[in-house]
Amino acid sequence: MARQVDYLYAYLGVVTIVMTALIFAAVFFFAVKYRRKHDDEIPKPIHGSLILEITWSIIPFIVMLSFFWWGAQIFFANASPPANAMDIYVVGKQWMWKIQYPEGQREINELHVPVNHPVKITLASEDVIHSFFIPAFRIKHDVVPGRYDTMWFTATKPGRYHIFCAEYCGTEHSGMVGWVTVMTESDYENWLAGGGTEGTMADQGGRLFEQLGCSTCHELDRQGRCPNLRGVYGSRIQFTDGSTRVADDAYIRESILNPNARVVQGYKADVMPTYQGQLSEEQLLQLVVYIKSLAITGAPGAPTAAAPAASTGTRQ
Amino acid sequence: MSTALQTPEVAESPNYLNSEYGWRSWLFTKDHKRIAVLYIISITVMFFIGGIFASLIRVELLTPQGDLVNSDTYNKFFTMHGIVMVFFFLIPSIPATLGNFFLPIQIGAKDLAFPRINLLSWYIYIAGAIFALAAIVLGGVDTGWTFYTPFSSTYSNTFVITAAVGVFIAGFSSILTGLNFIVTVHKMRAPGMTWGRLPLFVWANYATSLIQVLGTPVVAITLALVGLERAFHIGIFDPAIGGDPILFQHMFWFYSHPAVYIMILPGMGVISEIVPCFSRKSIFGYPFIAGSSLGIAIIGFLVWGHHMFVTGMSMYASLYFSLLTMLVAVPSAVKVFNWTATMFRGSISYDTPMLYAFGFIGLFTIGGLTGLFLATLGVDVHVTDTYFVVAHFHYVMVGGMVLAYLGGMHFWWPKITGKLYPEGWARFAALLVFAGFNLTFFPQFITGYLGQPRRYHAYAPEFQVLNVMSTAGASVLGLGYVIPLIYMLWSLKYGKPAGNNPWKAKGLEWETSSPPPTFNFDTPPVVTEDAYAYASESSHEESHHG
Repeated sequence: MARQVDYLYAYLGVVTIVMTALIFAAVFFFAVKYRRKHDDEIPKPIHGSLILEITWSIIPFIVMLSFFWWGAQIFFANASPPANAMDIYVVGKQWMWKIQYPEGQREINELHVPVNHPVKITLASEDVIHSFFIPAFRIKHDVVPGRYDTMWFTATKPGRYHIFCAEYCGTEHSGMVGWVTVMTESDYENWLAGGGTEGTMADQGGRLFEQLGCSTCHELDRQGRCPNLRGVYGSRIQFTDGSTRVADDAYIRESILNPNARVVQGYKADVMPTYQGQLSEEQLLQLVVYIKSLAITGAPGAPTAAAPAASTGTRQ
Repeated sequence: MSTALQTPEVAESPNYLNSEYGWRSWLFTKDHKRIAVLYIISITVMFFIGGIFASLIRVELLTPQGDLVNSDTYNKFFTMHGIVMVFFFLIPSIPATLGNFFLPIQIGAKDLAFPRINLLSWYIYIAGAIFALAAIVLGGVDTGWTFYTPFSSTYSNTFVITAAVGVFIAGFSSILTGLNFIVTVHKMRAPGMTWGRLPLFVWANYATSLIQVLGTPVVAITLALVGLERAFHIGIFDPAIGGDPILFQHMFWFYSHPAVYIMILPGMGVISEIVPCFSRKSIFGYPFIAGSSLGIAIIGFLVWGHHMFVTGMSMYASLYFSLLTMLVAVPSAVKVFNWTATMFRGSISYDTPMLYAFGFIGLFTIGGLTGLFLATLGVDVHVTDTYFVVAHFHYVMVGGMVLAYLGGMHFWWPKITGKLYPEGWARFAALLVFAGFNLTFFPQFITGYLGQPRRYHAYAPEFQVLNVMSTAGASVLGLGYVIPLIYMLWSLKYGKPAGNNPWKAKGLEWETSSPPPTFNFDTPPVVTEDAYAYASESSHEESHHG
């Protein structure tokens, strides 16, 4: 993908250089050739030419359409991660990147990924808007508080590459930087094996689920006050107002923070308290991953159909 | 300043400068020319304040460590640079000064339609500027000129409301100027001054006025909402209290993208005056240049989302904004081609205004074409919010608008003051500006593509060489700005008398005396020929074939 961006950039660059050179050359040539020789000379008027006007409107526009078309192709490819992409979760917080792996590792300002494997990053912000930018991969995506965004890439060469925050976020904005380490498959396996004493992200989420008392209703309850969450993630849910949607990350997040926003058909509003302001974005992500893991028992992180919802503008 | 303008020569004919004396005659004037002079003084002060911040930024960026000032101070530098330059220099720059002075004269009117409102708009501008300067003096603002939420509405601990109030107030100055221009162009044209004969500078200011009147209220509302959320925690933009931070960006750019055209269209109008004059030839494609100004003004309102391709906006909205942005580039390209074609078989002189026009055409071409990189979705994802963007908009705003402003000031200075500036110094300064500008901003296209984000106090060491080049260029550019300030002031006292028409230019402003009399014309003009009829002595039929 990065190479595609470079080719398109080169194409734009060539067109820019050719056009600029033509304009410069014309201005320079006319300025010299038609320089004023006597102070009282009056050249013949030329008022215009419809044919020229049409030509120099249409041709540039056609060239611009080629930019548009090629750029849109890359953009669309950027927007949909492949089904086999591995998940990594990134939280932006003034002024650091907190990174969580489904296997349980947590890091600050360091991202480790295997080479030649698509990686899908889910982005959340604890405070203001940040932007997760990896120049070497030619991608960035804003990290907007109050919702999840996603981006994806496949690293093609082992090495260490910059991570920058690209959206101005306050005092230490320029210090909100880190590194992506791209590793060979086996190095990555070793690296994964080396950390994670707190269990997988789903385990961490499961513990939170207990501590916060979620399980009292959502797992053990048999009185019908609230829906059992087993099998919910990725399924289509019907709400009391008649609308439906697929239960994805954004929906789970919304249901935790604002339970009355959408109430599942057959249940009452105002049963569950809001957890707004009580959970960090990292904890929220752990809960989301845990609930996701309940979808297919014993298979946390199994691919689901609802993945790209967050990047297509769905938000609460 | 007023004393400097009171030239002691007694032989001068009565004009707007010597009709009355004393500070009251300036501060209570209703003469659009005097108000224009008040604006020239005010925006020059603001320009140099904004310039000082720019210099401080460039000095800090000489080294990658961020070791001159701390990061909070640096963040205030670039914020104040942006706020001062955008809202208090670029937006009023040409309309409020050269537009104010020459739009009525060019259409043969004795003043603007509402002279008192014109004076009011200057006072409003000053009030806004006082708030902005107060924000600086009290301790600064650190939100960036874009005031992005929820940083500005919740997280920043600086004088956000003070600065926002300043911008809010200044907006009304802009609205009133636009309103005044629209009414004046519709109602005050001299006999024979048909729409098809309006100088292109008037067309450009007319199109600009439409944007000012329709767009400015939106940014005023947006900043008011930021103030409300900040002061009273009403959840509008901050998701923690139920708001939507992206809503702010839609509202802000709905004005601030058209505002880019507020900044550049009048500059295009100036170039459309200078090129025919110093080619001594009718402009090529008059209706297309006039029409493209309106086209830019209209389509310019429909492209704001191209600032937001990486915010997670709907992909289909992104497609639409990308395509329309390509479309708005067409009328800009049409103008460049027509200016160039105007020079064909002309009689071209290299006077200072024309040097600035050459510079404008070249640099605006680069600025416009690099805008297409940003309109192209897949490329924008990489280069947005990097120095590439910084370089792009400085090519348009400085390489375009500031060069046009300087070109226009040199072009009309003899008319405004009745004095000639020293041509040799002026050409030298024009070359310095051109060279310094390119050295400052061209390297930033490269740093941007390599990945240096904008608004970085400290940066990765591999970008240092290019940053040092930028800073070196900025020193040359700064010198190029200071020299005209000195010789222009010098010319007020020592400049040679200009005569009514030193360039042998066409246009009503060159038919009246220099400086013009208080009511612009001793006898009301009647227009009998098209604009730029440089060959009209031989009574050509002025048909537009094509």
